Amino acid sequence: MNKEESQSQISSGDKKVRIATFKVYRGDREKGNEVEYKVPVEEGMVVLDAIHYIQKNISPDLAVRWNCKAAKCGSCSAEVNGKPRLMCKTRLDDFDINEEIKVYPMKSFPIIKDLACDVSWNYEVNKKITPFTPKENTTWKMNQRDIDRVQEFRKCIECFACQNVCHVIREHDLKPKFAGPRFFVRVAGLEMHPLDDVDRLEALKDDMGIGFCNITKCCTEVCPEDIHITDNAIIPLKERVVDRYYDPVRMFFRKIFKKK
Amino acid sequence: MGGYKVNMSTLDRFEIHEHDVLVIGAGGAGLRAAIEASANGVSVGLVCKSLLGKAHTVMAEGGIAAAVGNVDKQDNWQTHFKDTMKGGKFLNNYRMAQLHAQEAPERVLELERWGALFDRTSEGTILQRPFGGHSYKRLCHVGDRTGLEMIRTLQDKGVHMGINVYMECTITRLLKEDGKISGAFGYWRETGRFVIFKAKAIILATGGVGKAYKVTSNSWEYTADGQLLAYDAGAELIDTEFIQFHPTGMIWPPGVIGILVTEAVRGEGGILRNKDGYRFMEKYDPERMELSTRDVVARSIYIENKEGRGSPHGGAFLDISHKGAEYIKKKLPSMYHQFKELADVDITTGPMEVGPTCHYSMGGVKVDADSTATSIPGLYAAGEVAGGMHGANRLGGNSLSDLLVFGRRAGLYAAEYAKKNKATLNINEDEIANAEKSIVVFFEQDGGENPYTVHRDLQELMQNKVGIFRVEDDLKFAINELKSLKERAAKVKIEGSRMYNPGWHMAYDLQSMVIYSEAIAKCALQRKESRGAHSRLDYPNTDPEHGKWNSLVKKANDGSLIVEKSPLPEMPGELKQLLEDKKVAAKI
Ligand code: SF4
Ligand code: SF4
Ligand code: FES
Repeated sequence: MNKEESQSQISSGDKKVRIATFKVYRGDREKGNEVEYKVPVEEGMVVLDAIHYIQKNISPDLAVRWNCKAAKCGSCSAEVNGKPRLMCKTRLDDFDINEEIKVYPMKSFPIIKDLACDVSWNYEVNKKITPFTPKENTTWKMNQRDIDRVQEFRKCIECFACQNVCHVIREHDLKPKFAGPRFFVRVAGLEMHPLDDVDRLEALKDDMGIGFCNITKCCTEVCPEDIHITDNAIIPLKERVVDRYYDPVRMFFRKIFKKK
Repeated sequence: MGGYKVNMSTLDRFEIHEHDVLVIGAGGAGLRAAIEASANGVSVGLVCKSLLGKAHTVMAEGGIAAAVGNVDKQDNWQTHFKDTMKGGKFLNNYRMAQLHAQEAPERVLELERWGALFDRTSEGTILQRPFGGHSYKRLCHVGDRTGLEMIRTLQDKGVHMGINVYMECTITRLLKEDGKISGAFGYWRETGRFVIFKAKAIILATGGVGKAYKVTSNSWEYTADGQLLAYDAGAELIDTEFIQFHPTGMIWPPGVIGILVTEAVRGEGGILRNKDGYRFMEKYDPERMELSTRDVVARSIYIENKEGRGSPHGGAFLDISHKGAEYIKKKLPSMYHQFKELADVDITTGPMEVGPTCHYSMGGVKVDADSTATSIPGLYAAGEVAGGMHGANRLGGNSLSDLLVFGRRAGLYAAEYAKKNKATLNINEDEIANAEKSIVVFFEQDGGENPYTVHRDLQELMQNKVGIFRVEDDLKFAINELKSLKERAAKVKIEGSRMYNPGWHMAYDLQSMVIYSEAIAKCALQRKESRGAHSRLDYPNTDPEHGKWNSLVKKANDGSLIVEKSPLPEMPGELKQLLEDKKVAAKI
């Protein structure tokens, strides 16, 4: 079915169906353009519903990732009117329906096709992080208040929206040298785990390039899980790195009074 | 690994990978299986249909059922076993239920040792919450995002073990040689190119079939892939009629219909009311109330609606607001956000509107309880794709533990099998040619329908005729309709290229869904009683005679699908006694 047909079908409907205009990026790594689609609006509709409508009724080959449709898996990240969002959580009510809604793939990663982009780099970064390594002879008792902070970090659904907006990646493309906010969150979750016994500060400084972060907080603003990426993860980690490598006296005391 | 011989002359146009054990599916079961196989010293490949870490497990919310006895000290595996059998209306494979109850605690503690952080008791141990059908507070949890914690823990453990992960790859056929597993054939989602995996053993961990229904909590991946791979390779399926409708899915606004509302809401004290404000579970299950089993609660909501007492959008009201905002935001944070953002409802001040949503498939591939082996040498199955463990109805929280217990067992036994089988693996070229043809054909069939149209019709049919309540005429109608849907599905036409083409992926998945739907409908017709998740309006009672057999599905020589009855395995005396022992469990 082509676009014209779908439009006429919509207007032939009896009741007053509101129609939204979507401009969706269609194309691959080499070439692409914006394609216009008309989508009937239902109450409570989210952007992902509109994309699915297009897939089912107009262009079955429109590439998009999704799984949960409930903001739990982090698959459906895209840039809606220039802002990184989870499409399954972005309601059409948030927009003026008389104006067109633009849906583009995340900009900081290479496009595969349409809205799907190549996020494999993130998986490579993750592999290099030293995994959880428990202290010896632990009884596995932990206080809830000691793990509240870490549980915040473990809420991350790997939507990579924070990676996408961080200027160190987006504008400066320092990918090989800079791990990005998602992985600072991950390292923070390990470093602050009450029973973890590994030290990742050197890796943070050298391999993960935490020094490149200048605390613009753009990452925190887009996190759909409301993780306080900068305040709770990056800044405390930066402090630890500074203590260790640039302030030997404080480091000495920290060592005496335990790392965590 | 050495020892393989491939005839490269005709197969060299394919990308080929070789592993001792290939795991298909990377949710909880697949990841746990891959970790175990790898720990046993064999080379492991892990194929996932989506990106790693996005599998359905991520959406599990309420918790992992394991009798660790941190909160209710008197809990033990015997009680967990008994609850599971009762919940499954005694159709469960007793041995699976036993192993599950015995091993779940160790599997949970192991997750903690790998870095998972569960909510804590005041003593610093893992906190447990009550859930439907469980006699004690048994569900180890992390707020309402337990599945995410589990999958991330397994994922981070797995990537450091040297497992080869093949992301966004769909397997369309299992390859056999001399009746034994020799590999698998599939395509890359990104490029649409084909890939061959040579493997001595294969573990299916592909999940369920919810996408065959219109209102479902399941993702696009849930299309019966693994069930059909096994079935086509000659393995048997069991108990396919048992499809769980989770009582609480979102029902308003339209865009969110089907999204899960965790049972933890009821576990934490949520109350169900009808439009008159009446707490109707008093009528259907006065003892257990909201914490009755899922089949009962789902049916109760359905009946309230049928009799005109439903909520405005055809469901019921679920209210947790009496617990106070702070508690709710701490224990049910994603529910709070889900309703706030998607439905403009503040669950800390008012009720949510909920109704049944297709959630889980109890039936699946028939396996050996201890080893998870199917009837095909070298083929194993674990997790939702396998049948037997949950009988006629699954208890909430028993899925995550199932994934861990049987995922581990699958990995262990598949690795052992692979070590013993040093045979050369040959790939049959005709088989490859066939496999290839059966998926490219959709590009060539001019005049065929859009696969999404056929899918929509399938979902309507299954929802309306093979749904919560079933009746002979509807089932017969559905079976007949499925014949024409099968023909339509075979003829769909795909536009565009093979590169990342969801329409094409749907075309293939549709074939599996249609056949599995036939298995559901035919077994539902065969079971002339109501039991667990299977409710027949024309046979409203549970019939002890029907409690003596499982449904069995096979592919006949002529390619048709046949259903039979297979006697339940005889339960050993000590377990029988356990079930009768009034002292074990049984608050409920
Ligand atoms: S705060 Fe740091 S990590 Fe976050 S966006 Fe800014 S520079 Fe990037
Ligand atoms: S930290 Fe937040 S924004 Fe970044 S990947 Fe995780 S959930 Fe997404
Ligand atoms: S589809 Fe899972 S986060 Fe949007």
